[in-house]
Order: sequence, then structure tokens, then C-alpha cells
Amino acid sequence: MPVTELISIAFNTLRNNKIRAMLTLSGIVIGVFSIIAIMTLLNALQAGIEGGLNSLGSNTFQVQKFPAMQFGDAHSRNKFRNREDITYDQGKRLKEKATLYKYMSIEDYVYQKAFKTNKAKTNPNFYVGGVEPEYLECNNKTIQFGRFITQNDLIRNSKVAVIGMDVVEKLFPNVDPIGEDIIIDNSQYKVIGVFQKEGEGFGQSNDNFALLPITTMQQVYGKNNRSMNIAIQAPGKEEFNESVENVVTVLRSIRGDKPGEADSFEIFSNESLIGQVNNFTKYFKYGAGFISFIALLAAGIGIMNIMLVSVTERTKEIGIRKAIGAKSQSVLIQFLIEAVILCELGGIIGIVLGIVTGNLLGMYLNSPVVIPYDWVVIGLVVCSAVGIVFGVYPAYKAAKLNPIDALRYE
Amino acid sequence: MENNLIDLKGIEKVYIMGTEVLYALKGVDLKINKNEYIAIMGPSGSGKSTLMNIIGCLDTPTSGEYFLNGKNVSEMDDDELAEIRNLEIGFVFQTFNLLARSNALHNVELPLIYKGLPKAERIEKAEEALYNVGLEDRMTHKPNELSGGQRQRVAIARALVNDPSIILADEPTGNLDTKTGQEIMQLLEELNQKGNTIIIVTHEEEIAMHAHRVVKIRDGKIESDVKSEKGRAMSERKEILI
Ligand SMILES: Nc1ncnc2c1ncn2[C@@H]1O[C@H](COP(=O)(O)OP(=O)(O)OP(=O)(O)O)[C@@H](O)[C@H]1O
Ligand SMILES: [Mg+2]
Repeated sequence: MPVTELISIAFNTLRNNKIRAMLTLSGIVIGVFSIIAIMTLLNALQAGIEGGLNSLGSNTFQVQKFPAMQFGDAHSRNKFRNREDITYDQGKRLKEKATLYKYMSIEDYVYQKAFKTNKAKTNPNFYVGGVEPEYLECNNKTIQFGRFITQNDLIRNSKVAVIGMDVVEKLFPNVDPIGEDIIIDNSQYKVIGVFQKEGEGFGQSNDNFALLPITTMQQVYGKNNRSMNIAIQAPGKEEFNESVENVVTVLRSIRGDKPGEADSFEIFSNESLIGQVNNFTKYFKYGAGFISFIALLAAGIGIMNIMLVSVTERTKEIGIRKAIGAKSQSVLIQFLIEAVILCELGGIIGIVLGIVTGNLLGMYLNSPVVIPYDWVVIGLVVCSAVGIVFGVYPAYKAAKLNPIDALRYE
Repeated sequence: MENNLIDLKGIEKVYIMGTEVLYALKGVDLKINKNEYIAIMGPSGSGKSTLMNIIGCLDTPTSGEYFLNGKNVSEMDDDELAEIRNLEIGFVFQTFNLLARSNALHNVELPLIYKGLPKAERIEKAEEALYNVGLEDRMTHKPNELSGGQRQRVAIARALVNDPSIILADEPTGNLDTKTGQEIMQLLEELNQKGNTIIIVTHEEEIAMHAHRVVKIRDGKIESDVKSEKGRAMSERKEILI
């Protein structure tokens, strides 16, 4: 007897018991929904983070005193705080002595500033950076209007600024900002350029900043108690690891790190940051997996229960089928298919709801829409497995019924 | 070398219910040849249905042997028995035994599904079988939307749809009016003339008169086994022909 017939019999039976079928598969729906929703959300968040990190630029890496992401306790945070600052001079020596890099940019940032003009003022959540001309290459940025900081500006300590689009929107809504003056911490700078808009990531703007020549920055904010951020672009993909090695070796000797001791600085790239994010979200995934496992187990037992009831209720039907020639195997497969269809329907509903919910939550956090294909496949496979595992016993019970006893059952 | 289609030897069926032991059949010997038309009669509770179930490979005797077409039925496995029930035997149950949730057409189609026929062929045959029992305008009715007699006719259509060589009918006219009952008997007679073997359980003498041989059962034993008038007439005719 062909399987298609058995499938259509199973569908007919389920159609005749709509409410019961719905209630039974709701357990599966919840189990699959929870895992798919969480996986979708995590994947969406991850895609968002990765998108943000990719703006660091290709083949680039960064050197900093503090790690880019900290998940540790107070003890480990103290470890970083006690490190010696990375000074501008150390940066300059690194630039001289390192041999394997294409561009290197020494950068210094000050956060939580409000920018002003004579007429308007921004919120105090903008930041200022002192940078070198290589900043553009090392950070994958593009100038939209005007020009960027030059070596000349550095030599002359020019009081010039290149600003992000948020600054333009807040302070120069109706005028060409190039040539206008901007006031930061009571110092006045002439705007020479505007960056291309980057947009938001995770509810945070990427355009709320102004960059100055690093020498100008040091004149205004001082040279001491400041730790530089160094951005490096490797000559190419193949040389990336060698380039990192070269920079680490040279910087260790500059900072006097003793052999055998750990680096007194952090080095990170897109890849290493993505790895850290994955490391972190992993635990959420384990948690969601565990919860869903429990939910699916409970749902499976529910399905087994309903299938057992169904077998008892339909003893007569089974008797009739066997009396007119159904083989045990046909009855077994019929009931098994019914259980699997229940689980698969629940699974599909759970997957759809999960993806929709996960993405809605993700969109709320400005993450891109994703479909976790791997988890969709896993979900469907697990549902089939639940259907088979928990359907086999009731199906076997149905198949083993003696036709005459089953027929007599009232 | 015997060539009986059905050969029952010392068939006993015992039901044990707690401490009570009930002998439904107490040693039945019965040989039935191909193309016979037999009526089984007897009072209620005498074991007629029990015997029919055993002949129909639905039930197994407590002791005794049953040879069908020379093969020992008790040595067959479940799948072989299912195949015999599907292909060789058309069973009309005393209580109809229709699928309650399926319409008449699907009920009649069912044996053909398990036979593995393609859908179009199944529908065609099922429709024809329903037409033959006068239910062409009730195909989409479910059993609870049919009268008792109509249900019985669906059960008959289902038994005949697969063109089985043996037809077992347990009171097939019990719920039918005389006219419909006669029509069904006419149908069975035609099948018998085409070569099918027919065994029918009945209380009614008029119905039994259609058969060629009447077996009477009482208290689980065969009381009498005689040729009916019709059977005698037929064998006389045969003798004349020879
Ligand atoms: N499953 C069973 N368990 C116990 N006793 C049974 C069972 N089936 C039948 N019997 C008993 O076996 C005897 C014969 O039953 P059976 O159904 O063969 O009678 P019948 O001749 O078909 O009667 P009727 O004409 O009323 O249909 C009855 O006394 C009945 O009570
Ligand atoms: Mg009976």
C-alpha cells in the first residue's frame, strides 16, 4: 500500500479531529517556537554586530590598552586598568620600526562631548578624535564633502575638524558646513570636511563625531594620561597574520614586555571580535536549546498520550481495516505518519512564528532580517524524530491488535 | 487427494471468561467445495458468527484444523492472512462494520486501497459496486446518514468490490425489506453462477431456500447438513446432463 494513501488517511483523520490535533501540536509549536525565536534573534543580533564590526575595514586590526569587549569581572578589569598607557611616542616608534604593514594610524579619543556653534548645540554624547591622515584607510571611511586631515595639518597644528553627518544635521542644517566654525570645549575649529553617513547600528549613531589632527588634539587635551588607539592595515589578506605578528613583536620590545609575559596591550580584528561575540552568544544558544529540548520532550509525551487514546478510540476502525486486508505494517505506518504529521505541522507553525517573532525583536534592535536555515532544518528533523519516537509505541500497539478482538471492541 | 476449497476438521472455539468456560463451537467438521452455495442456520448464540469468523480468517480456532485451498490456515502468518482477507474473501458482517467517518464510496474503496489499485480504477470499481446494490445516489453519505438497510448494502458492496472467490455473508438481509432482500439474493445468485463460493448465515427459510445446501447448527455443533430442494434439483439436472 503506497505511502501517499497512508498520508491522505492520516490527514483525513486529523481533519476529523481538528481541535484535538491543534491542542496536541501546540506543545510542539511552543518547543520549536522558543528555540527558533531565540536562534533567529541571536542570529539577527550577530549579523548586526558583524555588520558593525566590518566597518573596521578589511585586513585591519587595532591595538588598544583595553579589550574591545569585556565580559570579565572586576579583577580582570583592574588588570587592564593597571596597564601602562600606550603613548603617542610609542605609537610613532611602532610606525618607524614595524616593517610589515600598509597603513598605520595613531588615534586618540575623548568621549561625551557637546559640540557648539554660535547658534546651536548638540547633545553631550558626541566624541572627538585626534587622528593622522592614514585614519581613512585604516578605518574604511569615506569623505563626502571637502577634504581630510593632511600631514601639513599635523605639522602646523591646524585648528581644523572633519565632522560626521550627525554634526552637520544638528549644527549646520541649512548651510554648507565647509568653512564654518565649530566649538568643542571652548576651542574653535574650522570644518574642512564631512564624512559619508554610516547610519545607526544597535540604536547608536555612527556619525556623531569630529576628528582633529592628533597634534592639535594633544595641544588642547594634553599628552599625558592618555592611551592611544592604533589602527593598522596589513598589506593584504595573505600577510595579515604576519603583519599582526610583526606589530606585536615590535610593540612588545617598545613597551619592554619581558619574554614569557603576556602582551601589555590588546590586539583585535574583525575576526577576533566576531569570535568573541560568538563565544558570548553561545551560552544563550545552549540555554535555548536546553529549554526547547525540555519543551519538545513534554510535547512528545503529550503526543504519545494522544496517540494512545486515539488507538484505543479507533480500535474498531483498526479492526475493520485489518478485517478487509490491511497488513500490520500498513496500520503501523498509518499511525506513525499521523504522529509525524502532527509533529511536523507543529514544527512548521513553530518555525514560522519563531522566525517572525525573532526578526520583529531584532528589527526593534536595528538588526537585519535573518532566517536561521540551520535551525529550521534541525527543528524539522527533531520534530520528525519526536513523532517517530513517541508515535512508535502507540502505532505498534495498533498494528498488533487481533482483528476480531478489535472488531468486537465497543 | 481432496480438493475441497474449505475443509474444517474438529474445530473448537472456547471462550474463557474468568471462571466460566464457554464452548462456542464444539468440534465442527465441514467441507465446502468451490462454487457451492451454503446457508448456515441455527438459533441465536449457536455459534454461527463464530464459525464464519474462523472461515473468514478473522479468528483462530482453539483447536482443530482449517485448510483453505489445501493450505493449513493456522500455519499462515499475519501478512498472509491479511492478503487472503483482502483478495480471496468478501465478508459481509452482521454488524456491517463500516468506517463511521468515511462516506459510502470510501468504505467500498477501502479493500482496493489495501490491494494497491490506482485511484481512478478504485473509484470506478467502487461506484460500480454501489450501483449494483442500488446506492448510486448515496455515495457521499456517511454511515450515520444512511438507513440500516442502506448500510447493509454498503457492507455488501464492499464485500463484492474486490471480486473475491469466497463470499461470507452474516445475515446480509437481516435489515432489508423483502424486495431489497430478494434483490441482494439475486445478486448473490448471479455471483454463484459465475463461479463464486457463497456462505450465508440466515434465520429466514425463504433466504435459505436460495442456497443449494443448508447446514444447521445448534449449541456449537452441526445438527444437520442437507441439500436443499434447489440443490437437489441442480444435482439432478447435472446427472441428466451427464
Ligand atoms: N468474544 C467472546 N467472548 C465470550 N463469549 C463469546 C464471544 N463471542 C461469542 N461468544 C459466545 O459464543 C456463543 C456463540 O456466539 P455467536 O456470535 O457465534 O452466535 P450466533 O450464532 O452468531 O448468534 P446470532 O444469531 O445471535 O448472531 C454465544 O453464546 C456468545 O455469547
Ligand atoms: Mg451472529
